[in-house]
Amino acid sequence: MTRFLPDEFRIPAIGAGVIVLAALLPLFDDGFYLAMAVNIVLYAALCTAWALFSGPTHYISLATAAFFGLGTYAVALGNELLPFPLLVALGAAIAAVLAGFVGAATLRISGVYFVIFTLGLAELVRQIVSWAQVKWSTRMGLYVFTDFTEAHIYWMLLALTAAVFLTGWLINRSRLGFAMQIIGNDEAVARHCGIDTARLKIILFMISGAFIGMAGAIVAPRYLYVAPPSAFNPTISFLVVIMALLGGTRWLWGPLVGVIPFTIVMEFVSANFPNDTSIVIGIVFLVIVYVLPDGVTGRLEQLLARMRRTSTASKAATVKEAA
Amino acid sequence: MSAALSVTTVRKSFGGLVAVNDLSFEVERGELYGLIGPNGSGKTTMLNLISGALQPDAGEIKLAGATISGLAAHRIARLGVARTFQLVRVLPSMDAERNVMAGAVFGHRSLWGAELHELARELLALVGLRGREHVPVVAMTYIDQKRVELARAIASDPQVLLLDEWLAGLNPSELAIGIELIERLSRQGRTIIMVEHVMDAIRTLCGRCLVMSSGRLIKEGGVAEVLSDPEVVRAYLGDDDA
Repeated sequence: MTRFLPDEFRIPAIGAGVIVLAALLPLFDDGFYLAMAVNIVLYAALCTAWALFSGPTHYISLATAAFFGLGTYAVALGNELLPFPLLVALGAAIAAVLAGFVGAATLRISGVYFVIFTLGLAELVRQIVSWAQVKWSTRMGLYVFTDFTEAHIYWMLLALTAAVFLTGWLINRSRLGFAMQIIGNDEAVARHCGIDTARLKIILFMISGAFIGMAGAIVAPRYLYVAPPSAFNPTISFLVVIMALLGGTRWLWGPLVGVIPFTIVMEFVSANFPNDTSIVIGIVFLVIVYVLPDGVTGRLEQLLARMRRTSTASKAATVKEAA
Repeated sequence: MSAALSVTTVRKSFGGLVAVNDLSFEVERGELYGLIGPNGSGKTTMLNLISGALQPDAGEIKLAGATISGLAAHRIARLGVARTFQLVRVLPSMDAERNVMAGAVFGHRSLWGAELHELARELLALVGLRGREHVPVVAMTYIDQKRVELARAIASDPQVLLLDEWLAGLNPSELAIGIELIERLSRQGRTIIMVEHVMDAIRTLCGRCLVMSSGRLIKEGGVAEVLSDPEVVRAYLGDDDA
């Protein structure tokens, strides 16, 4: 067989091909399927960005809504004043700064406290923004008027997803990625190998937070009217965790395996059972944790390993019989 | 020239228990130094203080003349202190080669790329695991995991290597191999401090050793002289038996 590419570049090349194909979608549909595709790429970006940090460290962050909301608000507040790309960058920077503070304050403490802290933080940020808005603008929300169509938002989110994947791929090949794997295995060993574990975790949390902030900024024009309950909606944080864990976080593309089916099912559930959506999400979450603790990709790996063992065993049995 | 490692009146207590009580000793460059004593005498705590896993309450630890007490564990590792653990600690999701590589990327030595793979292969060969680079460590036997851990520790090319009961849990034939391996590392000129319960190993390997009991130094000196000291015998066997 002819080898067009070395193995290590094959995956990014396939990824680039998939993204180019996905980018053609708005040419064929600008209604239901495009709206669903926007949700898919949005959650693909969010979940993959979340897993950049939570995958290797096993720290479950529920601060996604805080980073996302800050990105959304960067656009809502600055829309009349600054060009859009600058606002997206600003959303990323603000989210990264917050992630830096959260990381410095909490990453030294153990996992459970981190989960609670991030949940509380997202709620705190939402309350502060609500309070500030009532105090200074006497309105609960902000209008976001732009010329962007659904297709524009889709393309921007797709580009963001590509950027998250590229970053993840580069990190995995770098010293930072190797360090994170060691930390995920045994943090004490990591420290005695010379790894500044606290600093690296903060850096990775900031990178993850920055991408989530960018996602929030990009979808702001889609909301038209931005208010704290929607921008800092804690459901975003929970959905990201559910989808990422459904897919599995051991591989960069793992969360994507969760995002696509889950978003489609959610679309179906919210269309047919609009009043019971939360109940369905709750049940789905329980089922995932119970049936697929390592996610779909983890389960696939187990099945592959079992098949390999069975085939080796049956081969050995055949050899024995022949002898 | 200053000693490879010097410990001066170091103290560490946990609540009311003084685990290390004003301990002082010096280890010369290239020396293989034994740290012995009954269970609970504070040996592992001492290694944890040297490697930065714990911070001393008082006293000073110097590495080649520079103070390291008070620094974080990763900074001490970068300055050239490497260690193994009492209960073997490998990186379970990785193969042998990546386990060893972990020691040479962020620490005293900072390698990456082909050079790093080359070093990991060389060190695995040195500890007797040639050709086993891509075996997952979880599929290895206890002694092989210990070899991997040792290779990871020396991968950083440390100034001082701390071995915490590296020979514990090995069967007699493995023990002989293990002693031979430590001897080989020592012959390469490495400074090694070993906490050990296997007295045969201390006799064979170490020039000098230090005996701890209840956090205190009770005897230091040449191995033969120390091991025949009545107070040392009493510490090990208890008053009634001595």
